[in-house]
Amino acid sequence: MKVTVRLFATLKDFFPKNQKKVLVELEAGSTVNEVVEYFGIPQTTPLIIKVNGRSGSKSTVLKDGDRVGIFPPVGGG
Amino acid sequence: MKIYRVNMTEGKVTTEDVKQDYVALGGRGLTSQIIADEVDPTCNPIGAKNKLVIAPGLLSGTNAPSSGRLSVGTKSPLTGTIKESNAGGTAAQKLAKLNVKAIVVEGKPEDNKFYTMTVNKDGIKLEDVSDNLLGKGNYEVMEKVQEELGEDVCVMSIGQAGEYKLQSASIAVSDPEGRPTRHCGRGGTGAVMGSKGLKTIVIDDTDAPGVSIVDKDKFKKSARGLAKALLDHPVCGEGLPEYGTSILINILNESGGLPTKNFRTGRFEGADKISGETIADVIKERGGQTAHVCHPGCVMRCSQIYNDKDGNYLTGGFEYETVWGFGANSEIDDIDAIAMMDRICDDIGVDTIEMSTTIAVAMEAGIIEFGDAEGAIDLLKQIGEGTPLGRIIGNGTGFTGKAFGLTRVPVVKNQSIPAYDPRAVKGVAVTYATSTMGADHTAGYAVTANILGIGGDVDPLSKEGQVALSRDLQIATAAVDSTGLCVFAAFAILDNEVALPAVVDMLNAQYGIELVADDVTKLGESILKAERDFNVRAGFDNSDDRLPDFFLEEECSPHNVKFDITDEELDEVYNF
Ligand code: SF4
Repeated sequence: MKVTVRLFATLKDFFPKNQKKVLVELEAGSTVNEVVEYFGIPQTTPLIIKVNGRSGSKSTVLKDGDRVGIFPPVGGG
Repeated sequence: MKIYRVNMTEGKVTTEDVKQDYVALGGRGLTSQIIADEVDPTCNPIGAKNKLVIAPGLLSGTNAPSSGRLSVGTKSPLTGTIKESNAGGTAAQKLAKLNVKAIVVEGKPEDNKFYTMTVNKDGIKLEDVSDNLLGKGNYEVMEKVQEELGEDVCVMSIGQAGEYKLQSASIAVSDPEGRPTRHCGRGGTGAVMGSKGLKTIVIDDTDAPGVSIVDKDKFKKSARGLAKALLDHPVCGEGLPEYGTSILINILNESGGLPTKNFRTGRFEGADKISGETIADVIKERGGQTAHVCHPGCVMRCSQIYNDKDGNYLTGGFEYETVWGFGANSEIDDIDAIAMMDRICDDIGVDTIEMSTTIAVAMEAGIIEFGDAEGAIDLLKQIGEGTPLGRIIGNGTGFTGKAFGLTRVPVVKNQSIPAYDPRAVKGVAVTYATSTMGADHTAGYAVTANILGIGGDVDPLSKEGQVALSRDLQIATAAVDSTGLCVFAAFAILDNEVALPAVVDMLNAQYGIELVADDVTKLGESILKAERDFNVRAGFDNSDDRLPDFFLEEECSPHNVKFDITDEELDEVYNF
């Protein structure tokens, strides 16, 4: 299956340069953690995860066509 | 500490001791209490009976981190409710060092002249400046004052919008570089200042006595504790200084809560082009500055200095709500154009949130097209020129919506709804509906638990838990707004159990009192009650605590959600 991944803020360092989103091919039943590993983001990095615009976690199970956004802790307002 | 009373009808200044009831109050707690005690709630906000109260926070002027926020209170010309408008800049610290607890401006000059009020160690003086400052924008006013009095004075001023008494007029407060980038933005406080015949307030703290602290060692220790809690927090210590507040563009867009095209959808095609990441890149490329402070001693440093293509200063204190409003909500993805709009608003002295939602409503009305940056810039300039159309725009979103017969007008109590769609971020929607201030995200920033995973997790799309979340945050925020601490300190307070006790310890050490954490909640509750009571006496009731119909009737994509929290549920917010 394929999911679209976007990494933001400091996590952009783990992304191919100048790319806004990446299509990642994963085995069926994969979780967000596989995405985190795919990009080599250290497990200790605190992350805010959105799957299809909803709050998710590393253990969220993904399905084909999902949109995954991963952020470091951010805030403002 | 003392309270100055400045009567503009007679041009007379009197000094008062702080009465016992006010000793433990500061910032919003004090401005709201004075307004509630002294102002007739039914008065005309730009008439002689309204008052403008200016107060530093309880901790302002000390070396407590990020504690230099200023509160300005009045009856709002925009909402007709009580108003506290909070700003950074250097005013609060200087006032506190001059031992000024509050300045109460009352009356109205009969000669229609404009004055400068100078506050220094000798007291307060008024001077007629109708000839040299009238009609000028905030940038020129601040430059002129600083040329004369030096760069270290703080200047608070109104631009043309305040002189015209437009309902979105702001009061500018100079930042450490002396520029008008920080504003008491919301609610038209600038119109009240204009109605009092005040063009500028100059604060000079040369040889000021400074803030007295009962237990200096204890204070220092607690201040360090809070600074550490702020710096250790990933948002306060890293995210804000590195990217500024516009870091929120992408996460709100990803979450489907970034209002786009006058609150039609929750995602904007051009989000990345106006994101905090892009802005930070542009700033670095052009030799601007990230991690700028709005007042000395802020450790979170969310402010920025933004240069134009040629590397010359264009604007500062460029914030998420502004970028969202002139950007996504107006379908403009040109960050330089948005920065220019921010600059114009700061100069004319209008609230950027109110103006950006008004521009989108003007687009809705067909005055200009969605996405038309040049047209938007022209409309904003017209406010300063005082054209009839400019005056309509400058009176805000509700006024403009009425002038053009629209129903898609995002306001509560006539104040415009900011940068989080109420359907997709329901906790903050409860705050918009029920805040004593009209639609105001800062009054109970439920975006924390709804979107950012700060202080817990509450699903933003479900109605579960939103009322309690908003209520608790509104209470806590009223208290924080009294300390002079920046509301962003709340991120650390919500996540780090050391932070709140540090704040309480500082208050105890400074004032020689014995507060416990519970008293903070009590303070917040009593402030909200006093504010709500003022609004009730002004003629507001529960039926004013509602969102515009279209949020209940139309779905917001991508989640296709409506606002579904019932009136009865909203009315629960004040059950405390
Ligand atoms: S965090 Fe930003 S708004 Fe708050 S006090 Fe610091 S610079 Fe000012």
